[in-house]
Amino acid sequence: MYAFEIERPSTVADAVKLLKQSDENQALGGGQTLIPTLKQRLAAPEVLVCLSGIDEIKGVCTDDEGRICIGGGTTHGDVAAGSGAYPALVWLARNIGDPAVRNRGTIGGSLANNDPSACYPAAVLASGATVVTNERDIAADDFFEGMFATALNEGEIITEVKFPVPEKANYQKFEQPASRFALVGVFVAKFADGVRVAVTGASEEGVFRWTEAEEALSGTFSASALEGLSVPADGMISDLHGSGAYRAHLVGVLTRRAVEAA
Amino acid sequence: MPKDGGIGASSKRREDVRFLTGAGNYTDDINLRGQAYVYFLRSDVAHGTLNNVDTSAAEGMPGVLKVFTGADFAEVGGIPCGWQVTDRHGQPMQEPPHPVLAQGKVRHVGDPIAAVVAESREQARDAAEAIEVDISDLPAVMDMKEALKEGATKVHDDLTSNLCYDWGFVEENKGAVDEAIKNAAHVTTLELVNNRLVPNAMEPRVAVGDYSRATDDSTLYTTSQNPHVIRLLMGAFVLGIPEHKLRVVAPDVGGGFGSKIYHYAEEAFCTFAAKKLNRPVKWTCSRSEAFISDAHGRDHVTKIELALDADNNFTAVRTETYANMGAYLSTFAPSIPTWLHGTLMAGNYKTPNIYVNVKAVFTNTVPVDAYRGAGRPEATYQLERVIDKAARELGVDPIELRRQNFITEFPYATPVAVEYDTGDYNATMDKLLEIIDKDGFQKRLEESKAKGKLRGLGINCYIEACGIAPSNLVGQLGARAGLYESATVRVNATGGITVMTGSHSHGQGHETSFAQVVADMIGIDESMIEIEHGDTANTPMGMGTYGSRSIAVGGSAMVKATEKIIAKARKIAAHLMEASEADIELKDGQFTVAGTDKSVAWGDVTLAAYVPHNYPLEEIEPGLEETAFYDPANFTYPSGAYACEVEVDPETGKVTIERFAAADDFGNVINPMIVSGQVHGGLAQGIGQALLEQTSYDADGQLLSASYMDYAMPRADDVPFYNVDHSCQTPCTHNPLGVKGCGEAGAIGSPPSVVNAVVDALQRAGHDVTHIDMPLTPSRVWAAMQG
Repeated sequence: MYAFEIERPSTVADAVKLLKQSDENQALGGGQTLIPTLKQRLAAPEVLVCLSGIDEIKGVCTDDEGRICIGGGTTHGDVAAGSGAYPALVWLARNIGDPAVRNRGTIGGSLANNDPSACYPAAVLASGATVVTNERDIAADDFFEGMFATALNEGEIITEVKFPVPEKANYQKFEQPASRFALVGVFVAKFADGVRVAVTGASEEGVFRWTEAEEALSGTFSASALEGLSVPADGMISDLHGSGAYRAHLVGVLTRRAVEAA
Repeated sequence: MPKDGGIGASSKRREDVRFLTGAGNYTDDINLRGQAYVYFLRSDVAHGTLNNVDTSAAEGMPGVLKVFTGADFAEVGGIPCGWQVTDRHGQPMQEPPHPVLAQGKVRHVGDPIAAVVAESREQARDAAEAIEVDISDLPAVMDMKEALKEGATKVHDDLTSNLCYDWGFVEENKGAVDEAIKNAAHVTTLELVNNRLVPNAMEPRVAVGDYSRATDDSTLYTTSQNPHVIRLLMGAFVLGIPEHKLRVVAPDVGGGFGSKIYHYAEEAFCTFAAKKLNRPVKWTCSRSEAFISDAHGRDHVTKIELALDADNNFTAVRTETYANMGAYLSTFAPSIPTWLHGTLMAGNYKTPNIYVNVKAVFTNTVPVDAYRGAGRPEATYQLERVIDKAARELGVDPIELRRQNFITEFPYATPVAVEYDTGDYNATMDKLLEIIDKDGFQKRLEESKAKGKLRGLGINCYIEACGIAPSNLVGQLGARAGLYESATVRVNATGGITVMTGSHSHGQGHETSFAQVVADMIGIDESMIEIEHGDTANTPMGMGTYGSRSIAVGGSAMVKATEKIIAKARKIAAHLMEASEADIELKDGQFTVAGTDKSVAWGDVTLAAYVPHNYPLEEIEPGLEETAFYDPANFTYPSGAYACEVEVDPETGKVTIERFAAADDFGNVINPMIVSGQVHGGLAQGIGQALLEQTSYDADGQLLSASYMDYAMPRADDVPFYNVDHSCQTPCTHNPLGVKGCGEAGAIGSPPSVVNAVVDALQRAGHDVTHIDMPLTPSRVWAAMQG
């Protein structure tokens, strides 16, 4: 890696101040994407602003509305341990990467990176969660802006993610054989006022909602409601692990399985 | 009753204590005073003319000692190839030069262009980024068949084409084979790809070059399976250093699988630069770098035809294979698709007519050489797949079709130039069907169905030629080396023994199993024996470890040396007990005089040898140390039968291996636990090839699967609990231990059983699928099911 300075602020305010000092400064969450990138010399920040010493963005609690509120700096392991009221989210967190990844990687880091194959974006979008930053609240539907792109501004830090807890939910992840990221992942969440279905791994545009399925399932929350529905292969990722047609097919299979398992 | 020591005992691997407690001494653990570091600037294009390499900016960077380019190696030899194949027309293969650093052209992504030596790794890398390279891109030669067309872009401008050789075997049999196929009652044809693999030993390659100004001696510490071979190749052909001025040390090595047999440019560079700079020079390969610089494996495109008569007897096999050599000839590359592949095309069957054609082709890819099994997996895969396909076409049981055609009488001379000494293919098949519980398959099939899964059973046999190899034979076949092995047995005064072997252990457990053999022969405890390997300064010239040769060839050399020790010790014992040598017996470490109660202990004899106060000095020399070189009379022929049961998810195409059984005949077995471990490891690699490992280049020669993000290595949850058995033992007839070797069997025998099982599952479910190319990824299996 190239030489860089590292700062270890203990408050969000200090971290933001450091990040805003220069465009070349970069926030470091758990480092599960950024550190390998640095090792390959694919990034050259002047200053890494390490967020792991900021206690105010760690931990899981429940707010007055019953939402599960997870600090942006909470590791996947701690998300799994603290989100018992939302079993689908627990399962998702518990199946990210390996123990080393789960003990370092953070939900805020994952969402800010918005890898098109990451798991959390599916949970956030399907749950209609709210992404809280040092500046504002961002609705899930407004947060994801395509592969590796989000609504975050420069120097904006995810401090918390608030998940409404659905009546029923399930996450189905079909792993890419090498990376074990989601080749396709489908998160289905049934709320009193409707069903949300979010798909990760499949689309060239990153995580998306499968609205036809949502409408059908909001009518009848049963696998049979999905009969005849499919997503088009156009715009799906095609690579050595699977064609766009295969991914589109998997979206249908996994959605049905998620409904059955929810 | 399991033994608790010696031959046949499952002695715990003594080396694991240091490996598992972080006390191993790997090449990267070696750091010399004043050590500098090299970083190789590698080509990021697959094919191009190297117009200029401007190192001026880099040379002025902090910490830089020197920047080397191809020009610095103009006076130095290239990386040699150790095997010359002669083509169908009696002509030698085309053999292009392989410079240490690129000269004139770059020929694959990863080809080293320049090397920066600096005070630190990071400084070397920083400076490498300041080198300005001017390359004119050329079209990448990627597809082997396209590469052989008239007018194709050439990888090597000085060669007449991209064809390394067009080999026919046995050329004289071609007419008879063609005739047999023409007259056959049935011919089954299969076209398939044996997928390219990236070896991925756990320990990446490392080299440390050292030079002594005081003595003009050079030393290379390297991750090698055969330090003597590296010393000879590098000393004689690249750098011009005689053996007595060059020491090569391969200390603990973390896996090789073939990829650490070869002499690599980085080794020559570090040795060369250490002398130039009068500083030790170290290179540690990163995993990313390993993907584009370690020799790859396999990469064959094959058409095989199997002819049968009206009674389903095999009458002929004809194959045509395109074998990818990559951009340069790696050390043993030409021998892999020829002598290690063509000679195995009889398999376990008495097919009378066999013809193998192999066209070896240069492409703009990483060089390809031996990888666990080396040629034999390619032979086994195509043969066992085409037999399965034939059984389906003919509507006969694939097991019975095999049994009907088994070779049952030994020795058996195949039509492809080898003679199997022993084997019992029905015995391993019987054992296999027992341990896979074939009778229970139908019930398990129903259980899978109930879960909405397809289930299939795949079975195959394999044979391999191991214990490589008789030197006079391989010399005739084009090897530029002998393939004997050596051992020195040094008995110390108080009875302990140091064995210095020319074999090399990089995970195989030689320190344990070799000690078991010597302990058994003398009747002393294994703990009294130490096995040393890996340092040319203290081991006799040996050819190293690959081709499942260590116990069969290296072990035999050790037995021969130990026999010499025992013969001399008996003389000493006879003298000490004032008895006739003919009456001396050795048992449990005690020499006794037959028919008397006289005895002397092993330690009394060894002490007498080194403190020869009461000693027959006029008849024998003092001391107790013997060396033996052993050259095998034949290959060994391990064989076996493997079975795989899979479940296929019909909706996603995902294959899971539910059961896997291996019944192997390795002849006599020294350490059953180690042998099981070797089979387990081989199976994991075979399953990796069959289901997961996909080396993917794009049309421009960029390696798409260049990291673990895209190249899937098998993980623990990808493989089942294996059921392995090696109780069927037909001992090898021509080596003193009766052993055959076990290191490659799992990787050779398992890919066809996995693919046979998946095809079986799909056909049982009504899919008209006769073949899917490896790896059988979910997307490929799903696509096959879509028709």
